[in-house]
Amino acid sequence: MKTMTMVAAINNALDLALERDPDVCIFGEDVGVMGGVFRATDGLQQKHGVERVFDTPLAEAAIVGMGIGMGLAGLKPVAEIQFAGFLYPALDQILSHLGRYRHRTRSRYHLPMVVRAPYGGGVHTPEQHADSPEAILAHTPGVKVVIPSTPGDAKGLLLAAIADPDPVFFFESIKLYRSTKEEVPEDYYTLPIGKARVVTQGDDVTVICYGGMVEVAQKAAEAARNAGIGVEIIDLRTLVPLDLDTVLASVEKTGRAVIVTEAPRTAGFHSEIAANIAEEAIDFLQAPIVRVTGFDAPYPPFTAIEDVYRPNPLRVAKAIKKVMSH
Amino acid sequence: MARKSSTVTSTKDAVQGRESTETPAAFQAAEAAYNQAEASGELFQILAPDGTVVRPDLLPPAETRLHLYRQMRRARQFDERGWVLYRQGRLGVFPPFGGMEASQCGTAAALTKNDWLFPTYRDTGAALTLGLPIARTLAYWRTSPHGWAMPADLKVLPFYIPIATQYPQAVGAALAEKRQGTQNVAMAFIGDGGSSEGDFHEALNFAGALNAPCIFILQNNGWAISVPTTTQTKATNLSKRADGYGIPGVRVDGNDVLATWHVTDQAVKRARNNEGPTLIETVTYRVKAHTVADDPSRYRTEDEAKKWLEKDPVTRLEQHLLKEGILTEESHAALLKEVAEEFEAALTEADAYPDPTPAEILDHVFAEPTPQLLKQRAELLEEQA
Ligand SMILES: Cc1ncc(C[n+]2csc(CCOP(=O)(O)OP(=O)(O)O)c2C)c(N)n1
Repeated sequence: MKTMTMVAAINNALDLALERDPDVCIFGEDVGVMGGVFRATDGLQQKHGVERVFDTPLAEAAIVGMGIGMGLAGLKPVAEIQFAGFLYPALDQILSHLGRYRHRTRSRYHLPMVVRAPYGGGVHTPEQHADSPEAILAHTPGVKVVIPSTPGDAKGLLLAAIADPDPVFFFESIKLYRSTKEEVPEDYYTLPIGKARVVTQGDDVTVICYGGMVEVAQKAAEAARNAGIGVEIIDLRTLVPLDLDTVLASVEKTGRAVIVTEAPRTAGFHSEIAANIAEEAIDFLQAPIVRVTGFDAPYPPFTAIEDVYRPNPLRVAKAIKKVMSH
Repeated sequence: MARKSSTVTSTKDAVQGRESTETPAAFQAAEAAYNQAEASGELFQILAPDGTVVRPDLLPPAETRLHLYRQMRRARQFDERGWVLYRQGRLGVFPPFGGMEASQCGTAAALTKNDWLFPTYRDTGAALTLGLPIARTLAYWRTSPHGWAMPADLKVLPFYIPIATQYPQAVGAALAEKRQGTQNVAMAFIGDGGSSEGDFHEALNFAGALNAPCIFILQNNGWAISVPTTTQTKATNLSKRADGYGIPGVRVDGNDVLATWHVTDQAVKRARNNEGPTLIETVTYRVKAHTVADDPSRYRTEDEAKKWLEKDPVTRLEQHLLKEGILTEESHAALLKEVAEEFEAALTEADAYPDPTPAEILDHVFAEPTPQLLKQRAELLEEQA
């Protein structure tokens, strides 16, 4: 065991994956010599060589498209998109191809590709650096979507993503990269993709979240606990496949659900969770489901008011109060 | 590029284990390419790095030279003060452009206020030259919505953050002007890194095929964050990319403002005359870090970067103007003083902009807010109360 930040755990996972499987290769903008703008690939090129860890020209569509070709031909591409907000040029490759290959070749071909992308706000980045586009990916058939919230999860899930025979999007909260630290096993291990984690147990209300919002929910839950409210926090860890069983079991126990994401409100993944709960567990609900989200506006780069957009513990606490008082 | 996150690393951390042989080689390649192009005359030049005139036949009038010098000084003032203001916590993440003044100011100076400018985040100098007020520009880099409030008498867009997206848009603006019967043109900027994006190529092709009055400035400053141009592409002469699209491509010394101004002025005239688009590669160098949060010692040696100061665009023209008597010691000192005062006055103005209020994050999404936005606004106001 070693104390690691999330970015260190990701680096460690990539290192182990390169060591273990000669087909794994890592590429993207600035991942090689520099080791990534967040240092997630730091030292990997020196250790594993430029054939396996390399800088590409600046073109997201080509990064993903090239990865598709590499994957078709038997490699295990792990591509980095520098910020999730710059994933959009690659959407054609993702929506038109990445998610469809297995289906449209009746499994003759499959794409064991991982695309990593730092996402989310809370660290005062310039325009378009703080987007949370996970719902776009979750809405694309044939791709999996993973969003860890702890260093240990990040490592185990990333290794599972690389081992997965299908394409996986791996979103890493920029806010969590260095703000969380924990003991992480140094050896290779995987965590199952599609299994949520119960962060804290409680009987009164279920708070469903993932990635950067888990920390926020934990702070809100602490405040609620002081007020005598038992909050059960569920960290989804993966959006596709979604561990609905864990969500439903909890909501059936508590009868109340609050869903927290930092993405825009309309058509976000939070709405998907709410719809599932409404369909499967309406009889257990004692209050309407409440969503705490960003707004239907682009994420603001305005340092002075950025925190208004991104849900904070106070907003989550208010939502908890609201469902409790229903 | 976050101020508090990520790309900020200590130098100690950065330097450890970084004795890569690749970095200096890549740098030397950039420097060698410049020297070679310069020596072979492939790099169009009017003023040599030491300030001597290599093309006396093409010297613009003294008045133009002085104007270009002033614009470069204004830009440099912003760049230097910007760095200090960031250190003082009075500016957000800021991409410096010092050393690229000739590439930005010389090109933008060929436009008039009726033309379009599509600048990237690094093109503060170009935007200031076209007339974007310093206070607004400061506000932008202060992450204030006042920096998004574009003046009504200018056709300049806020700095583009996503790379290459501005290129096709400039083609559209140029074609729209043409269709509306004006002689106005559109100018878009991109970096050497950005010229790898599909949008770049699609835009060049469209502009050629549709004969758009568009001027494409490709600032080849050697680096895309840590990736040298030599890793970005196998092409050593980016202006040649124009050939593939049937449009003229020019390669110019990006540190010679008379040269950048001259070729851009020609391109603008051709565009106004319905002779179509031009790609201009300005060969220059990013002297400072990628942004204030970047640590270039991770991928290049700063000693090498200092060599580019010998090619400095501002002192190059300064030497020439002093030698020609277009500037005297006194008039030069007065100009520097004026430029500094103009900046400080703008800073005072920017300091007076009020902080945004929370509901502003919901403003300007649509002409008419949707019912959802109205509800979100009401909730937000209630929450803030
Ligand atoms: C589509 C997109 N991808 C990635 C980024 C992140 N990014 C910001 S600047 C930069 C390098 C740009 O290099 P270049 O185009 O050469 O311009 P320069 O910064 O040198 O002026 C990158 C990769 C971005 N802003 N947009």
